[in-house]
Amino acid sequence: MSKVRVLVGTRKGAFILTADGKRDKWEVSGPHFAGWEMYHLKGSPADPNRIYASQTSGWFGQVIQRSSDGGKTWEAPGGDITPVPGAMPKVESNKFVYDTSPEGKPLTTHQWYDGTQHPWEFKRVWHLEPSHTDPDTVYAGVEDAALFRSTDGAKSWQELPGLRGHGTGPKWQPGAGGMCLHTVILDKKDPKRIYIAISAAGAFRTDNGGKTWKPINRGLHSQYIPDQTAEVGHCVHHVAMHPSRPNVLFMQKHWDVMRSDDAGDNWSEVSGNLPTDFGFVIDVHAHEPETIYVVPIKSDSEHYPPEGKLRVYRSRTGGNEWEALTKGLPQSNCYVNVLRDAMAVDSLDKCGIYFGTTGGQVYASPDAGDSWTPIVRDLPAVLSVEVQTLP
Amino acid sequence: MIRVVLPQHLRTLAKVGYEVELSVTSPVTQRSILDALEAYYPMLAGTIRDHVTQQRRPFLRFFACEEDWSLEPPDAPLPEAVASGKEPFYIIGAIAGG
Repeated sequence: MSKVRVLVGTRKGAFILTADGKRDKWEVSGPHFAGWEMYHLKGSPADPNRIYASQTSGWFGQVIQRSSDGGKTWEAPGGDITPVPGAMPKVESNKFVYDTSPEGKPLTTHQWYDGTQHPWEFKRVWHLEPSHTDPDTVYAGVEDAALFRSTDGAKSWQELPGLRGHGTGPKWQPGAGGMCLHTVILDKKDPKRIYIAISAAGAFRTDNGGKTWKPINRGLHSQYIPDQTAEVGHCVHHVAMHPSRPNVLFMQKHWDVMRSDDAGDNWSEVSGNLPTDFGFVIDVHAHEPETIYVVPIKSDSEHYPPEGKLRVYRSRTGGNEWEALTKGLPQSNCYVNVLRDAMAVDSLDKCGIYFGTTGGQVYASPDAGDSWTPIVRDLPAVLSVEVQTLP
Repeated sequence: MIRVVLPQHLRTLAKVGYEVELSVTSPVTQRSILDALEAYYPMLAGTIRDHVTQQRRPFLRFFACEEDWSLEPPDAPLPEAVASGKEPFYIIGAIAGG
């Protein structure tokens, strides 16, 4: 029988939740890396036992962890090399240095909160995206916004400088959470195509493996920037794609749920009858490419569910027409948030949907959202949720 | 042997106890201790000082013989008590965050 493994990153460690295909009894493992902020964990599609994790701390900076046994044991890649006494260490698994070659060098500042220019400064890894085909290849979306890649199992990292050197960098600016590259989508059908999204710059696409990038923000409308339809500067919260339709993208923007049918070249709003079109997460059903999920959040300052009711909204029409999914979710006095990387789906026959909250609950629906149960209730604030469907 | 006391999170990361012992070539300085520490425990590279600038991370401090050495030059010789192993070299995480 198939199994499901849910990888949960929280403010104070990582947790691994496992169940069989029924998804009614769960085992909870953790905390792993207790006390550290675990921004994101994700398994390799090419080798499900290979999992990468981003471990960060305001005191000690960035650490990358890797497991080769499905999360039972972990290592800092290269960290167990027997050192030569007196020699300098060769470990570079947590070394993220912006490219200063002629290709990356021209862009050295971005816009700061006060409108002045500010140098790029590495802070942390927000998102890890392993390759579809090679367990040793993994991409890292970082703050300040840039895309890095490792081809040696995260032992070393190189920036793809074409993105930061694209030319619009001086207009990028940090959102409230920092200037983070939080979304990385690899096109399984076309290995040279990658989508990324940055708060607050917008979405970008490469069609040549990361050498050059194109802003894909036409159709976005943001009332909080001087030019509301600018080429860049939009606060994109998350982007989702169904692997069978790489030209169709869904976006949860700061406000507005958007859709593109041409690989991001043009966007149209599909917020429809949502109670609020603000939110962070968005995801696509594993088997129904027109079925999408969001969690509306009240904004601009509150950042909790409207009316204190935690509701997932599902559209079976690719947007515009939404239904509230409430069975099993708290419908009073609920004031949690669901952060941008904290929703995922499994690929079992009856698609499972999962999301985590800042209140420490991880909810699962084994029936595509019709009903929900909490797998765990009292974890630290959940930063990310990813799901692996195992044979 | 030089004795070094690490903050709790770095002990976990390096899989060591409260204190580690290192062989450090003379003169014993902050830099030579950190070089040796990162050579013995490669996973600590980048967690105490920046990979590129080699600057101490802002929320960490270095103490020796009850004195704060954090702002001293990294190549200044440390007290004999640290060099002889009588006293440990402390790497301390700031108590911050409420």
